[in-house]
Amino acid sequence: MGEDGGAESLRLFIERLYREESRRVLATLIRLVGDIDLAEDSMHDAFASALAKWRLEGAPTNPRAWLVSAGRFKAIDSLRRRSRFNASLRELADRLEGQARARQGETEALFDDRLRLIFLCCHPALSLEAQVALTLRETCGLRTEEIARAFLVDGSTLAQRIVRAKAKIRDARIPYEVPTRREMSGRLDAVLRVIYLVYNEGYFASAGDALSREELSAEAIRLGRLLSELLPEGEVFGLLGLMLLNESRRCARSDADGDLILLDEQDRSLWSRELIAEGSSLAKRALASQDPGPYSIQAAIAAVHAEAQSAAATDWRRIAAYYDRLADKDPSPVVALNRAVAFAMRDGPSVGLELIDGILERGDLEGYHLAHAARADLCRRLGMNAEARRSYERALELAQQGPERRFLERRLLDLTVERHPAPALKGLKEE
Amino acid sequence: MKYAFLFYVEDRVWEEMPKMDEEAIKAESAGYDASLMDEGHLILAQALQSIQSSTTLRVRSEKVLLTDGPFAETKEQLCGFVVAEARDLNEALGLASKSPLARLGSVEVRPCMGMAG
Repeated sequence: MGEDGGAESLRLFIERLYREESRRVLATLIRLVGDIDLAEDSMHDAFASALAKWRLEGAPTNPRAWLVSAGRFKAIDSLRRRSRFNASLRELADRLEGQARARQGETEALFDDRLRLIFLCCHPALSLEAQVALTLRETCGLRTEEIARAFLVDGSTLAQRIVRAKAKIRDARIPYEVPTRREMSGRLDAVLRVIYLVYNEGYFASAGDALSREELSAEAIRLGRLLSELLPEGEVFGLLGLMLLNESRRCARSDADGDLILLDEQDRSLWSRELIAEGSSLAKRALASQDPGPYSIQAAIAAVHAEAQSAAATDWRRIAAYYDRLADKDPSPVVALNRAVAFAMRDGPSVGLELIDGILERGDLEGYHLAHAARADLCRRLGMNAEARRSYERALELAQQGPERRFLERRLLDLTVERHPAPALKGLKEE
Repeated sequence: MKYAFLFYVEDRVWEEMPKMDEEAIKAESAGYDASLMDEGHLILAQALQSIQSSTTLRVRSEKVLLTDGPFAETKEQLCGFVVAEARDLNEALGLASKSPLARLGSVEVRPCMGMAG
């Protein structure tokens, strides 16, 4: 191998380093230089200069610390260049340089730098959309265009959203810190909500035909794993367990045409045993924690489904009991709907129908297609075909996603077909 | 850094509140201001009279135009403000959340413009 081979392997080494370490380097640089944009630019400068420097000097023993240190001085240089127009930047550059010279060893990443970054991106003072975009960009390292594509928004809209969020962080002075114990539960809720939203966006696309966007879900799971390492708490385990248990069914949940297959009709041999084992053990750990929260309980429910040998063998008593606990923690109409479905499985469709009609009467879920689809299904099982048809039609009016629409259309068609076996009645009507 | 806490409460809340409760809120608010003062955060605190006594003014083509009441027809009305010194937004939010008015209505926490800004 000549010199070119050496350069090529260095380039590959740095590329791998970028993939594996750039988020950690960024998280530490934000703490050291106090600004996301400055930290990002300096980090890219540091990676670029690594390519040139390491070719001559060889890679350092601790590349990450080298990158942080180089990034820090790049930031100081860039502040100095800009300080010709702004005196306060000169002061800032002086201050950063003083700190950098005084505490060289500080370039070692602190254990909680990445946790700071997660909490910063998911600060509830930012809009939920901004939290999601910032988290994917800064914490996961996705490019703005990739995020825009995944969420079906215009690239410039998303870029604008990120710019605004960063401006708010700077102008309102949102601090770069891990919340105190006292603030933790509210702040952690926000982080978990963002991660679960990203996961679900990859699992149930909210519009269009792309039912599964594995990459987005994989990103959410990576984030969940990181969080459970940095902040090992019940609800963090609960969320990770829930995501893994959902993920275990990904291959079984749609057919070759991308059409939806319901849980009770899925080929369970396609479920990933490995993910189920990991998810179930996380769910157990989460449920054993003090006062388990909604993610832990949902993970426990998912684990009961995952462990059933067949749909018929599902332990609906346990599931219904978990839904009681969940409704207690999270009195939202969607939880009430799922609880009603679980009760229908345990106590019969008429019990579930009564509960769902109660929920629909309160009006909260009138515009939610799954509420009407669930109602339709119970009516169908009770032989109330006209009612079932009306509810499927209402669900179809509201559903947006291709596979879900096709599923509802199929169900509607089945209702029509099922009526054929009663020719006497049909004949009577026609005559 | 200086932050303004702008307190918004629906007029209805004050109207429907028994006299005794109103007195209690006033006393609690005074205690809140005093504790901000004691901890070195308070720069300015001011409660406002009801919107019944408010007048909105604009100058257009060098003419002063007056209208009765507040500028925006919203349910929640500005009923007081605080300017406080805080290390960062988290500290400011923590301080604002202790006001009794946060329970009755809402508080907008807005950073003040810096001298250089």
